[in-house]
Amino acid sequence: MAFWILAPIMVVAALGILFVRKAVHAALLLAVVMISLAVLYAVLDAPFLFAVQIIVYTGAILMLFLFVLMLVGVDASDSVVETIRGQRAMATVLGLLLGLVLVTGFSQIALGTAVGLDEANEGGNIQQLANVLFSRYVFAFEATSALLITAAMGAMVLAHRERLTPKSTQSSLAAQRMRDYAETGKHLGPLPSPGVYARHNAVDTPALLPDGTASELSVSRVLAARGTVRSAPAFADDIDEVRRQLAAGRSDATADPDRMPEQGGKDGAPATTEEDVPR
Amino acid sequence: MNLQTIVLAAEGGAIPVVHPVDADGVFSLLWLIIALPLAGAVVLLLGGALAPRALDRVGHWLGTATVAGSFGLSLAMFVSLLGRSEEERQVGQHLYTWFEVGGLDVGMDLLYDPLSALFLLLITGVGALIHVYSIGYMEHDARRRRFFGYLNLFVAAMLVLVLSANYLGVFLGWEGVGLASYLLIGFWQHKHSAAAAAKKAFVINRVGDIGLSLAIALMFTTFGTTDFAAISESAGDASQGTLNALGLLLLLAACGKSAQVPLQAWLLDAMEGPTPVSALIHAATMVTAGVYLVVRSNFIYDLTPTAQTAVVIVATVTLLWGAVLGCAKDDIKKALAGSTMSQIGYMMLAAGLGPAGYPFAIFHLLTHGFFKANMFLGAGSVMHGMNDDVDMRHYGGLSKYMPVTFLTFAMGYLAIIGFPGFSGFWSKDKIIETALAENLVVGLCALLGAGITGFYMTRLMLMTFFTEKRWADDVHPHESPRLMTVPLIVLAALSVLGGVLILNDFIVDFLAPVTGVAEHHEPPLAPLVITLIVTLVVAAGVAAAWFLVGKRDIPREAPQDVSFATRAARADLYGDAINEGLVVQPGRRLVGGLATFDRVGVDGVVEGGSAAVGGMSGVLRRVQNGFVRSYALSLLGGALLVVLALLAVNLA
Amino acid sequence: MTNEYIVLSAILFTIGCVGVLTRRNAIVVFMCVELMLNACNLALVTFAKQHGNLDGQIAAFFVMVVAAAEVVIGLAIIMTIFRTRRSASVDDASLLKY
Repeated sequence: MAFWILAPIMVVAALGILFVRKAVHAALLLAVVMISLAVLYAVLDAPFLFAVQIIVYTGAILMLFLFVLMLVGVDASDSVVETIRGQRAMATVLGLLLGLVLVTGFSQIALGTAVGLDEANEGGNIQQLANVLFSRYVFAFEATSALLITAAMGAMVLAHRERLTPKSTQSSLAAQRMRDYAETGKHLGPLPSPGVYARHNAVDTPALLPDGTASELSVSRVLAARGTVRSAPAFADDIDEVRRQLAAGRSDATADPDRMPEQGGKDGAPATTEEDVPR
Repeated sequence: MNLQTIVLAAEGGAIPVVHPVDADGVFSLLWLIIALPLAGAVVLLLGGALAPRALDRVGHWLGTATVAGSFGLSLAMFVSLLGRSEEERQVGQHLYTWFEVGGLDVGMDLLYDPLSALFLLLITGVGALIHVYSIGYMEHDARRRRFFGYLNLFVAAMLVLVLSANYLGVFLGWEGVGLASYLLIGFWQHKHSAAAAAKKAFVINRVGDIGLSLAIALMFTTFGTTDFAAISESAGDASQGTLNALGLLLLLAACGKSAQVPLQAWLLDAMEGPTPVSALIHAATMVTAGVYLVVRSNFIYDLTPTAQTAVVIVATVTLLWGAVLGCAKDDIKKALAGSTMSQIGYMMLAAGLGPAGYPFAIFHLLTHGFFKANMFLGAGSVMHGMNDDVDMRHYGGLSKYMPVTFLTFAMGYLAIIGFPGFSGFWSKDKIIETALAENLVVGLCALLGAGITGFYMTRLMLMTFFTEKRWADDVHPHESPRLMTVPLIVLAALSVLGGVLILNDFIVDFLAPVTGVAEHHEPPLAPLVITLIVTLVVAAGVAAAWFLVGKRDIPREAPQDVSFATRAARADLYGDAINEGLVVQPGRRLVGGLATFDRVGVDGVVEGGSAAVGGMSGVLRRVQNGFVRSYALSLLGGALLVVLALLAVNLA
Repeated sequence: MTNEYIVLSAILFTIGCVGVLTRRNAIVVFMCVELMLNACNLALVTFAKQHGNLDGQIAAFFVMVVAAAEVVIGLAIIMTIFRTRRSASVDDASLLKY
C-alpha cells in the first residue's frame, strides 16, 4: 500500500530533479525521494537501513550537498541551452531505451513468492545484520573504515588552501584604503546605504545617485547575484498604485499626480540591474 | 693411388686425380712465395703513415725485391720439382684451417704441381721484370710507392689464385686480382675515363664472379667440399646436369676474368691504367686466369662435352672478335689489347679441346705472357718517348730513334705473328693443329685468326716504327732509360726462345700429371703441311698489311668515310652498344619500374596505411572532446549494449 | 511479489542516468549519481527480502558508506574547481581533450 502511494511521488520527484533549474530545488526533491526510499526500506523489513537512510543520506549527505551549494552560491543554476550538440537528444533516446528495456525486462520476469525476512530477522534485524557484518564481512567493514578515514583526509587536503600572503590586519586594511583613495580616488568612507522607499523594506532596492542612476554599491552583492534586486521602475507602478488609492480616498478633483513629491527623481531612474535574467 | 692414376693416364683417356704429397725441403717454403709480395703490399700501403719519406725513397726497390725473391723461390722449387719423379710432382701444404662450419671444412691449403709451377715462374718472373720497368716508367709519378703497393698486392693475389688447393682459395685470389686490377686501372683516377674504365672492369668482372661463386656453391652441395683433390676424385659420381652446370658456370667466370665474349667489353677500356699494369695484369697474367681455371678444372670439363663445346665456341668468337678490333684501333694500347683478347681466345680454344689442348693452352699462355708483356712494355717505352701519346697515327719512323725498343718490339712482333722459330710460332701452330684435328670449322677459324693477327700486328708495326714521321712538332722521341730497356731485352729474349719448352714435347709430358694424356688424333693433314699453311696464311696477312698500310699515306687524323666493317670494329664491334641495349637499358628500366613500384606500391601501402590510420585517428580523436557528459553518454551506450546482449543471449 | 520494487528501482536508475547526462551543474550531476546509487540500494534491499537473506542489506549498507566517502571527496573537488574557475559547470572543466 505504502509502495503505491510513494512510488508515484518518488518518480515525480526524481523527474523534477531533471527539470528544475535551481540546484536547491533539486536537492529538496532528492530529499523527498530519499525519505520515501527510507519508508520503503522499512516496508521491506530493513529497519536499520531505514534509520541509516534517514540519518546518513537525508541527514548528512544531503545537508553536505546543501552546505556546498551555499558555499558555491545558491544562484548557481543551469542554463536550459544545451552546449554539446546532440547530447540531450541522445541522452533522452538512450535513457528511454534503457528504461524501456529494464522495465519490460523486470516486469516480464517472475521472481516468485518472496521468501521474506522473518526468519533472517529472528532476534531483531540489527542484531542479525551485526552478526553478518562482523563475521563474514568484517574485512570489508575494516576496509570501509580505512576508506572513510582516507576520504576525510582527502577532503581536508582538497579543501585546504595554503596562505600565500600574510593575513591582513586592521591597520594594513586602513592603509590599503588610503592608498586606493590616493591612487584611484575610491571613496574612503563606508558603502552607500540602500535606497529607501516608503512602502518597501528597501534593503534590496538600490540607492539613486544624484544623476538619477542606481548605485550598485548600495545593494548587497549576494542579493544582486541572486537576482532579487528591485529596480526603480518596478516601484513606479507601486507608487502609481498608491497614488491611485490616495486619489480615490481623497475624492477625485484634488488628485494631481504632478504635485506628488516622489515624482521628481522617478522619471530619470531607469533600472540598470538585471532581474531574473538566467545566466 | 697417384701412381695408378698416372699409369692409367698414360694409357690414355683417364682423368688425372689431384693427389699431392706433403711438402718438404724447399717446398715447405711455399707459403713464403705468397707472403713476400703480400708483406711488400702491406708495408707499402700501410707503412706510408709511419715513414713516408723513407718508403718513397726505397719503396719501389722493396716492391721489386719481394717479387724477385718470390721468383727465386719459384725457380728453386721448379728445379727441385724437375728432380722429382713424376708421381711426386704434386706437393700440398696445409697452412691453417680457414674456416669450419658444420660439415664444411675449408683449409688454407696450397698446391704446387707442374701447372702452378709454370704459372709461378710466369707471374713472378714477368712480374719482377715489369716491376723493374715500372721503376723507370713511374719515376715522375708522385704516387709511385702506392703503385708498387698495388702491384705487390696484385702479385700476391695472383699467387694465391694459382697456388690454392681449393676453389674457395682460388676465389679469394680471384677477387684479390679483381680488386688490384680495379685499383690499378683507376690509378690515375683524376682522369674521368680512367675512373670510369676501372668501374666498368669491376662491374663486368663481378658478373663473372657470380659464375665462380655459384659454381663453388654448387660444388659444396654436390661434393661437400671445394678441394681439387676431393672433387677430382669424385667428379665422376656427379650427374651430367650438375657437371654441365659447373662447366658453364666456370666458363662464365673465365669469360669475365679473361675478357671473353660476351664479357669482353672491359678489356679495351682497361688500357686507361699505366702501361706496366696493362702488361702485367691485362696481358700476361690476370686475364689468363680464366684459362688457368679451365685447365685446372680439367677433371670437370673432361666429363662434360657440352661445356667444352661452349668453351670452344666462346673462344672462337673471341679469337676473331679481338682480332677484328685489333685491326681498326689507332690507339696502340687498344690495338694490343684487342690482340690480347684474340690470343686468350686461342688459349681458351685449346683449353676447350680437352687433354690434347691443355698443354698447348698453357704453352701459348706462357709464350704470350712473354711476347705480349714485351710488346706492351715496348709500347710504354714508345709512349714514354712520345709525350704519352697513344695514337699510332701520330707515330711513324721511330725505328731510328728508339733502336732498343724497336728491336725488342720486333722480337715480340715476330713471335706473335708466328714467324718460324719464334716462340709464338710453336705455340700457335700447335693450337691450330689440334683444333683442326678436333673440328674443321674451328680449326679454319683459328687459321683465319692467325692471318688477321699477321695483318694487324704488321699494321701496328708499320704505323709505329716505319713509314714517314707524323709527329707533332714538340715531340722529341728518345730511347728509354736502362731500367726500362733491360726488362725489354730480357722479355725479347724469352719471346724468341720461349719455344724451347716444346722441344721433345717437354711441356706436354711435364703437364701430363695435371692435364692427363690425350688420345692421339690424327690431324687431317700432316703436321708439316699444316705448319706450312699457317705460315702462308700469316704471310698473306702481313702482305695485306704491307700493301694496305705500308704502301699508302697514313693521315694524322683517322678518316671518317670508312667502310661499315671499319666503323664497327672501331666501335668495339658494338660490344658496348650490345651491353647497353641488352643489359643496361632493360636493367635500368627494370630497376626504374621496381623503384616506381616501391615508391608507389610498397610505400603507398605502407604510407597510405599509416596516413589512413592517422587520418582516422584525427577524426576519431574528436570523440575525446573533454566533456565528461559525452563520456558518460558513451558509457550509457555501452551499458545498454551489454544489457541488450545479455537479453539476446538469455532469450535466444 | 517484489517486481514492482525492482521496476521502480530501474525507473529511478534511468532517471538518474539521464540526469547525469543532461544536467551541467556539477552538484546536480552529483545528486543524480546519488539517485542512481539509491535506486541500486532499493534493488538490493528488495532482493534481500525476496531471498530471505540479509546480504542484500549489508551490500546496501556498504553502498551507503562508500557513497558518503565519495560525496565528501566529490564535493571537495567541486569546491576546489569552483574556487579556481568560479564555475560549477561540468562543461567548463573540459581542458583534458584532444
